[in-house]
Amino acid sequence: MKADIRIALVGNPNTGKSTLFNVLTGLNQKIGNFPGVTVDKKVGYSQLPDGRTAEIVDLPGTYSLYPKSQDESIVFSVLADSSNALVPDLVVVILDATNLKRNLLLYTQVADLKIPVIIALNMMDMAAKAGITIDIDALANSLGVPIVPISARRSEGIDKLKSAMSFANKIALQQNSIDVRSIAPQIVDGISHELNIENPYLALQLAHQHEHLKFVTPEQSERIEQLEQEHGFHSQKAQGAETIARYAFINDLLYDTVKTPATAHDETFSNKIDRILTHKIFGFVIFFATLLFMFQAIFSWASYPMDLIEGFFMWAQDNLKNTLPPGPLTSLLVDGVVAGLSGVLVFIPQIAILFAFISILEDTGYMARVTFMMDKLMRKVGLNGKSVVPLIGGFACAVPSIMSTRTIESWKDRMITIMVTPLVACSARLPVYTLLIALVVPDDKVWGVFTMQGLVLTAMYVFSLVSAIIVAWVFKLILKSRERGYFIMELPVYRMPRWNNVVFSMYDRSKSFVLEAGKVIIAVSIILWVLASYGPGDRFEKIEQKYASTAYAFNFTPEEIHTLESSEKLENSYAGVLGQFIEPAIKPLGYDWKIGIALITSFAAREVFVGTMATIYSVSGGDGDTASVLHKMRDAKNPETKKPVFTAPVAFSLMIFYAFAMQCASTVAVVYRETKSWRWPAIQFVYMTALAYVASFITYHLFQ
Amino acid sequence: MKLSQLEVGQKGIVKEFTDLEMSVKLMEMGCLPGEEIRIDRIAPLGDPIAIRVSGYQLSLRKFEASTIILHKN
Repeated sequence: MKADIRIALVGNPNTGKSTLFNVLTGLNQKIGNFPGVTVDKKVGYSQLPDGRTAEIVDLPGTYSLYPKSQDESIVFSVLADSSNALVPDLVVVILDATNLKRNLLLYTQVADLKIPVIIALNMMDMAAKAGITIDIDALANSLGVPIVPISARRSEGIDKLKSAMSFANKIALQQNSIDVRSIAPQIVDGISHELNIENPYLALQLAHQHEHLKFVTPEQSERIEQLEQEHGFHSQKAQGAETIARYAFINDLLYDTVKTPATAHDETFSNKIDRILTHKIFGFVIFFATLLFMFQAIFSWASYPMDLIEGFFMWAQDNLKNTLPPGPLTSLLVDGVVAGLSGVLVFIPQIAILFAFISILEDTGYMARVTFMMDKLMRKVGLNGKSVVPLIGGFACAVPSIMSTRTIESWKDRMITIMVTPLVACSARLPVYTLLIALVVPDDKVWGVFTMQGLVLTAMYVFSLVSAIIVAWVFKLILKSRERGYFIMELPVYRMPRWNNVVFSMYDRSKSFVLEAGKVIIAVSIILWVLASYGPGDRFEKIEQKYASTAYAFNFTPEEIHTLESSEKLENSYAGVLGQFIEPAIKPLGYDWKIGIALITSFAAREVFVGTMATIYSVSGGDGDTASVLHKMRDAKNPETKKPVFTAPVAFSLMIFYAFAMQCASTVAVVYRETKSWRWPAIQFVYMTALAYVASFITYHLFQ
Repeated sequence: MKLSQLEVGQKGIVKEFTDLEMSVKLMEMGCLPGEEIRIDRIAPLGDPIAIRVSGYQLSLRKFEASTIILHKN
């Protein structure tokens, strides 16, 4: 879409910036990347009253132009780089009316860059409720900018904001806030002269940030460095002086224009809630109850739509098989592409529900309290208070959980969280565990209430969480921190969730999952289909000839022939050959080549294990019916020793293998997407597989 | 006196900082010399703490709070 004017939204976190963005653009938005960095760029379009189309860029929330995370560094580089394709014609600064003082710091910084700016004064309804009175005209006069009072949540004042956007000046008319030059006169003059910059604040910012900016050439950067040496420029001291000067200006400004009662209503209200929600005992009880509810909901609510999706795809596969002429192309489409697609889409309900919960928890302000409560505990093992949510979400599915780690600012904490989240027992492991437990664990009662099988399953879940914590602690020792860790975080007042934001977040995250992870899953499914449907040389033809002979037609029903034929084909397919090839490597773990095939196919997704076992042990239909697989696996005998294949050591060894191994193409894809490099998914894959191998080896020999 | 030594409900006025890097971050968040800080609550496990400053609630770890020096009153 072609836009006539580019408008950037800038503001503190928790000011309703995203809500305003959604109100302005509706669903007419897309997510891309800022060039060269790993931060999502949200762009949308809005129709202005004068008929022009505005391109709205939602910049990451930040408290100042001095960045503390990679997200935040985007704000200054977009605003300051006039050669950048994204440079805005107008900046809308969103201020929280209930907390003007801290919000105005960022405004004064942006205003001093002398980009045309208007203020959207959000949460006016909240401010009125809290008894805060703001003389908007006086404030607008002192600052020299239009101020539009809005309530983004209630979509109030949006039309006025849009008309302010269309009437906005092409040149910046705002008043200066502080005397920027006086902070470092020689530096500001020197850089202005060297780089031919008119704006003193831009010059000062370059002194601070020149090393990290793409539009500053190495020569210019070196020259700035020289100037700083010459005049003894100290970045942190200068930044401190600037902040103090800005707050002095803001305090003066607010003294005349804003009246705040001694204690605002919201504050006391929030404090009352916090007395319970962060209570020494109730705090944890409520937190675990919330998690339990969330966990239950993801399992139970998602199961209906998941069944529907699976049912639909089964129906589609049957229909396609029946209508299309048989042949390799049909098979590729039905068993490769459609099967792969269903593997992707079936996760949507879980992802949508998990993100609905996460966005409610974040919107209400509860997430910040969870972080506050858990930080000390999580810090001990190299994680962060904010790692709690992804780890718990990992019980459902690692894919959305890894996407939710974006809220963690510290690079190291976020990487460790991403690295260990797939260890948490996800729902895809459940069918594998239930099958193997049913095979070897007796269904005895323990202490009258628990069953042995249930206890073993519970043990697997607890074990997964413990191993995630231990591995996190190991990563804490290995990974070098890029920045000094700190935890200075706003605790926003409790608010009702914005339901359209919740719906939007469900839609948004599901969409990006389907588009990004989906590509990889489908590709892997197709590769697996090829490996399982073709064999080296003329092996397949020989098998076909063998089963076409009259001897078979005489002794077996057509279904039996088909079953025997497909299991022999699998044995001789590339996947089967591969299974036999890796057999020496997995023999120490107690597995034969048939389990080897299941291990290989499971690298697409863990739950494929059951289906592969079903096919290999030639269950007719091979639709993954657990009971009959169970039966066949119990009867499976080693051809040489005539002993059962699935003994307790083998089954436990397999369970431990599935507990550790990175057998999930979706997770690999999402880790790549979130870290924007193949390095992290590669490290993760290697360490998890190695751990799986060693742990299974030990388990096998321990139980033998 | 350090901010980390205050009890819940007690107030103090910021005098200075002992850590330059931390001070820059804290000042941006409205913890400036001359500002009044009240301890609102301590996390159930004893760290971090929640303070009220510049009209909103901020949480920070005890170590970070120990870099904020308060006026004697």
